[in-house]
This record gives sequence, structure tokens and C-alpha cells, in this order.
Amino acid sequence: MGTGLQRIGLWLFCLLALIGGLSACEPNPEGNSAESRPVLHYFTWSDYVGPEIIQEFERRERVKVVVDTFSSNEELLAKLQSGATGYDVAVPSDFMVAIMIQQGLLSELDRQELPHAALLEPHLQALPFDPEGRYSVPYLWGTVGIGYDSAVIPTPPDSWAILWDPRYKGRISMLNDQREVFGAVLRSMGQSMNSTDPQVIEAAKERLLRQKPLVKTYTSDHYDQLLASGEVVLAHGWGGPVARAMAERPSIRYVVPKEGATLWADCLVVLRTAPHKQLAMRFINYLMEPDVAARTSERLRFASTSRPARELVAASTRDNPAVYPPPDQLDRLEWMQDVGRGIRLYDRAWTELKMQ
Amino acid sequence: MPDHDRASPHAPGRSSCRSCWLAAPGLLWMGLLFLAPLGLVFAISFASRGTYGGIVWEFTAANYLDLLHPLYGKILGQSLWYASLTTAICFVLGFPLAYVIARSPARWQPVLLLLVMLPFWTNFLVRTYAWMILLRQDGLANRFLMGLGVVDAPLELLYTPTAVVIGLVYGYLPFMVLPLYVAVERLDPLLVEAAWDLYASRWSVFTRVVVPLTMPGIVGGCVLVFIPSIGAFITPDLLGGARSMMIGNLIQHEYLVVRDWPLGSAVSFVLMAIVMAAVVLYYRHAGRTAETLEGR
Repeated sequence: MGTGLQRIGLWLFCLLALIGGLSACEPNPEGNSAESRPVLHYFTWSDYVGPEIIQEFERRERVKVVVDTFSSNEELLAKLQSGATGYDVAVPSDFMVAIMIQQGLLSELDRQELPHAALLEPHLQALPFDPEGRYSVPYLWGTVGIGYDSAVIPTPPDSWAILWDPRYKGRISMLNDQREVFGAVLRSMGQSMNSTDPQVIEAAKERLLRQKPLVKTYTSDHYDQLLASGEVVLAHGWGGPVARAMAERPSIRYVVPKEGATLWADCLVVLRTAPHKQLAMRFINYLMEPDVAARTSERLRFASTSRPARELVAASTRDNPAVYPPPDQLDRLEWMQDVGRGIRLYDRAWTELKMQ
Repeated sequence: MPDHDRASPHAPGRSSCRSCWLAAPGLLWMGLLFLAPLGLVFAISFASRGTYGGIVWEFTAANYLDLLHPLYGKILGQSLWYASLTTAICFVLGFPLAYVIARSPARWQPVLLLLVMLPFWTNFLVRTYAWMILLRQDGLANRFLMGLGVVDAPLELLYTPTAVVIGLVYGYLPFMVLPLYVAVERLDPLLVEAAWDLYASRWSVFTRVVVPLTMPGIVGGCVLVFIPSIGAFITPDLLGGARSMMIGNLIQHEYLVVRDWPLGSAVSFVLMAIVMAAVVLYYRHAGRTAETLEGR
């Protein structure tokens, strides 16, 4: 009978070993592997780079690239602030670039090393959060809007108000991202998405609380699948995943509401603590190569910032408004900004919304 | 513990202390990697946060006072409810299973136990994603129910509290089965037979013989299920649709989303206090049961 106990001990040991294995995913600050190939650590959004793109760079430079992912700008900042070092290149969005510059987390770029990063779309040069491009290279850009199933919603919506329509109760998904969710509701109220007025933010929270019973899920990761499978018929989200859902379910459409929405650009940056700054420069330059940028754009269905890449992508991608925002949309789009101490208001309101 | 004196004659006092140094690596490990970080978290729970997150070392009890807000009480209550329900369902499902395994032929037992443990060979996150696919509107669960004619229209399963409880029960059932298996295996079948011989009803055999004799396993299994389920955050996030929070989600939210580490630390300590209370209760109870059994 004692063997039974021993056996269980063995199993528990195996179980613990498995759990232990999971926590071994921390980036390794020692750059050199056994073969002494340099290791570049790339910290990016989940599903934000094609494996073949990484492999090509590894072959070309005889290095190893380790990709680690985050799912929101806040998570990126939290992980870096908690002392996660060893990352070389990261991909914060516009407003987070401003915060990271202000927090001294970024390393100045050597523009001489980045010839491909000079060929940006005209309206993406000299962006407000880093006008001289000293710290960041815009990489992919786009809008936030509503993906919807035109088979279920016959009249094309043009307003954020559709997300408050009780007819679609339980069939709406919202981003799990505090600034984007508040951005959408603030624009629907005719306010700036960068408001720091406590009363305005309180009113926005009230609206979101009223919406919550209609919301099926708050997610930033898999709403493309939810749209494609018909689980939701309205999804607040970035254009790229909506465009990916279109490929699987042709009745999916994308709209940027008339009240205005977010214009965003995810940027390549080199961290101040990066162990391999030179290699990081070459990596950024590589990702901005027109051919590489175009393939990335095709795969992710996000617009590349590279002007020559626009010519290389398929017309169906270039003409898809969910991927490449049409020029006439630009004047109702707004950049998200660092709101300084105002972020506390958003933090509190978002926590209260999620706790209810 | 009163058992201490009784146990000491069996273990010669001197040699046990001479081998104390053997415990040094373990103690060092626990001290450096468990107690020190715990102390740090405790210290942070009394600090203030900076504008962009991070820690400002100004002493304040505000983080704990913040937790008096009724919304936090609601999350705590919700977590306790989910964890208790999960524990209860695991017990109801796990006890007969453990009983059958422990009473099956000896050569089958390893195979059956292996089957219970099998899910652990796959990453928990992957298994949770699998549940998302199963519970979707056009998922296997709904197709099965509709095929049987149990329901006409697909049920709303994914992103509901039901999905959270299903996920939790699925994840932690093995933790219930293993200690119960050990307890049932130790249970002398002659005692059960004796109860039958004395004309005990089925119910009294179960409540007055089987349950008291397997109590350490029952309590152990319940604690092992309750503790991880009250702190769960992946399951409510993925299967609950991030719409309702459990206390684990709140901690993750405070640390990773709003970057309020001091508040997150305070919540962690409150959670730890609850878990501690559960463990103390367990040892009290297990100790008492052992005593009464020996007393007989």
C-alpha cells in the first residue's frame, strides 16, 4: 500500500517540475548562447511578427532572436518598470513612446544606421510624441473602429452609438485596453480622448457601466476569431484583426465612426538597457526594409509606415480601409497622448468598470 | 501540537539535530526566494505609487483603507463563492472517482491515476483555450446538446460564470482526487464490512464510517482545490471574458494594467491572509481528526 503514496509523490514532483518549467521564460540578460551567437531580445505585441521574417534576419546576421510578447502598452511599461532587463527592441504605441522617453527608458537612435527608416509616409513624419525621431521609428499604423457583420446589421453603422444598441446584447466585444475603451466613449460624447477633466471621465465611466451588460467580452487578442465565428457581430478594435476576420467571413465590414477615433502608430524603439544596441539598429532597419515591411503588412493586415512598402503590398490590402486608412479619414482621427497625472483618473475609472 | 510529545520517542533527539545542516540549503532557498520577496511585497503594500507607476517610499496605510470600498468586498465575496462552488463540485465528482480507483484491481490503479494526471502534460493556457473552442456558440458542447435535443438554440456558455466554474473544476479536479485516493486506499475495507454486518444503512456507512476515516484526505483535497481556485486569474479572464473579476484578476490588474503596485501588494496580502486562515483551519481540523481516530 505504501507504493501508492510513493507513486503520488512522484507524480506531484513531475507536476511541480512542469509548473517550474513555465516560469523559466524570462529573458536571459546574457547575450551569448553556447554557440556564442549574439541573442537579440525583441519585446512586441502578441502575433505581431511573422516567424519567417525573424528567421530570415537570424540567417542573415548569424544571430538568434528571442521574441517575447505583451498585450497592452500598460503591460509593457509595467514589465519594464518592474526591472525586466535584457530586452533590446520593443514596440510601444505613440503615447507610450512619450511616457517611455519621459521615464528615461529609451536609447537615442543613430539615424545614420537606419536608412530604411527615413522613407516614411509623409503624414507619419515628425509625429507629436517624438518630432525629431530621436528615439522611435514608426513601424505599423492604423485606426481604431468597429468591425461588424453586415449580414446581421443591414444598415451600415456610422456612429459609436451602435455599441450601446440593446438589440445586440451579448454580441459585442470591446478592447481590453483602458485608453482605447475610454477613447471611444469620449469621442462619442464629443470630447477629446485625451481629456483629463474628472467630471468628463466620470460621465464616460457611467456610459461604459450602462454598456457593460451588453458586452460579451473585453478582449484585445482574439476578437478576429470571435467576429469570424459569428460569436460577436460588433467588435471595437484595431483595423488589422478586423481585416483578418474579413478573409474568413466576407460579410465582415469595418467603419471608423463619424465622431472620430484613434489614429495610432506602433513604434520601434531601442531600450536604454539594451545589451546589443548595434544589432538592435540593424534589426530595426531590417524590419523597415520595403520588402520585409510589405510582407509584414500583408500578414498582419496592418499598414506599414514605409512609403515604398505601400507600393509593394497587394492592391486588395492597400485598398482595404481597415488596413490602410483612406486619406479623407485622417482629419477626424486623434492621436492618443500621454495624459500625465490624469492617467490616475483613467486607472481608477477602468478599475471600477472592470470590478462591477 | 499535542502529537509532538507522542512522536518524539521514535525520533532520537540528538541525531536529528546533528543533521540539521542538511536543511540549510532548503532554508536558504526559502529565505532568499520566498521570505525575502514576501517581505518586499509587504513593505510595498505600505508605500505610495508614482504617477506612471513604480513605487514612492512614503509610508501610508491608504492601500489597505482603499480596500474597504464595497466594490473590493464584492470581488472578494465573488471569489469566495466561485472557489467554494468549485471545491464542492470537485468533491462531489472526485470522491466516487477516487473511491473507484482505490478499490479497483492493483494493476489498474497506476493507469487510472495516470489518466487523472494526464491533462497536466499540456500547458494550462492551451487547455483553457481548448475550452474556449468547446464552449463557443458553434462549439462541440452546444452541438452535442443540440444533437441530443436537450436544447433548441445554442446556449450562452462562453464568457459566463458557468464557464468560469467549468474551467476551475476542470483545472483543479486532480488536486481533489489524489489526496482522496490516498485516504480511501488506506481505509480498511474490513471496517466498512463490519459496519454492514452491524446493519448500518448505506447512508450511515458513508457518513459514520467512510467520511470520518477519510477526513484528512477530504480536508486536504478541499484545501488543495480551494487555494488555487480563489487566486485563479487565467480562467476568469479567458472563459469569463474579463467581465467579472476574481481577486487574482484584481491583483494582476493592479500590477500590470494600472501599475499600482502598492495597492496590488495590499490585495495580495489580504488574499494571503485568507489562504493562511484556510490552511490553519485545515491543520486544526486534520489534527483533531487524527486525535479522535487514535483515541478510539
